[in-house]
Amino acid sequence: MATKVKSTLFSMTLTLLIVTAVAAGLLAIVYKYTKGPIKEADLKKEKMALQQVLPEFDNNPIAESDTIPSDIEGDSFKLVVFPAKKGDKLVGVAIKTFTMKGFSGRFDVMVGFLPDGTIYNSIVLSHQETPGLGDKIDPEKSDFSKQFAGKNPATFKLEVEQDGGDVDAITAATISSRAYCDALQRAYNAFKSLDLSKYEN
Amino acid sequence: MAKEKNNRLEIFLKGFIKENPVFIMLLGLCPTLGTTTSALNGLGMGLATLFVLTMSNFVISLIAPYIPSKVRIPSYIVVIASFVTIVDLVMHAYAPELYKALGIFIPLIVVNCVILGRAEAFASKNNPWDSILDGLGVGLGFTMSLTILGAVREILGAGEIFGINLHIFKGDGILVFVLAPGAFLVLAYMIALGHKLKKRMYGE
Repeated sequence: MATKVKSTLFSMTLTLLIVTAVAAGLLAIVYKYTKGPIKEADLKKEKMALQQVLPEFDNNPIAESDTIPSDIEGDSFKLVVFPAKKGDKLVGVAIKTFTMKGFSGRFDVMVGFLPDGTIYNSIVLSHQETPGLGDKIDPEKSDFSKQFAGKNPATFKLEVEQDGGDVDAITAATISSRAYCDALQRAYNAFKSLDLSKYEN
Repeated sequence: MAKEKNNRLEIFLKGFIKENPVFIMLLGLCPTLGTTTSALNGLGMGLATLFVLTMSNFVISLIAPYIPSKVRIPSYIVVIASFVTIVDLVMHAYAPELYKALGIFIPLIVVNCVILGRAEAFASKNNPWDSILDGLGVGLGFTMSLTILGAVREILGAGEIFGINLHIFKGDGILVFVLAPGAFLVLAYMIALGHKLKKRMYGE
């Protein structure tokens, strides 16, 4: 073993300075080279989600997206609105919404509305719900989220049946089901407040 | 020479049973209990840890002689955290699907005491080559433990393995096993089994 460096104020400061400087430099390089691909991967993910929750469109909803405040204040609680058009006609609006009431806290949902307010489809974007239980909100795991397709929240009460609503909750995952409804309701409230005519033409 | 070779083999193999980080040393239990809800999650977490552990062991064994002992812990943590961040960024950029499944667990690797434990107990006192072997051995032992734990919990809790339905339950499985209490239950039996195996292979 090589001789140990003595712990003096100077040697300790110098060591920490060098170690952190090298680490910071290395991370800066990695960050620089992964920044582009990360942005692309996130965009691709968002685009795929949009294609699943909206009818066919030919514009770029991400480029035309807009953020609107929700009922909770703060930058991370804003909703994102993605208008989808075919030709010049608005065919639907996707809203990236969220809930804080999940079993493991927040999860994000992308929900697509037709111009008359009918839900076209919805998909959970990121969640940490319990595997085997709450994760059935994911359309790959169960058909729970598909029951909303084609329903209009004006007539379809976005609450689980136990609470007097129209939603068939996931067995043993009522909290996750409630949270999903909460996210959709938040999106619908935002959708109602939108002035759709500004997206036409 | 032959003795040295044996020694190397032992350094590599000890992580599996004799000094298995999870079942014998009881290190890094936080990510172990948290991420092993399925075999795939366990495997992914194990592999990410394996990479960070091997790389940090290597670098730490190189720089350890030049680090004053009073600031060694912060220095090691900076090294470990750097590798974790690199894994996080690279995975996010080039393996978005895997990142989606494991993303939330990656930052947890920093606080995994297996890594700091190996840095302190092995890498800082041994040469880089042995330290890589130690990192690989302990990392693979950790991966193995997490995969087994995840597989048992997935089979009992959801009736699936690596997402493939085994059709052993009608409907859902025994749900408690995918929840936190199930993690403790399965871990306890695994620890007992691990000690039994260790006794049989290495004596008291």
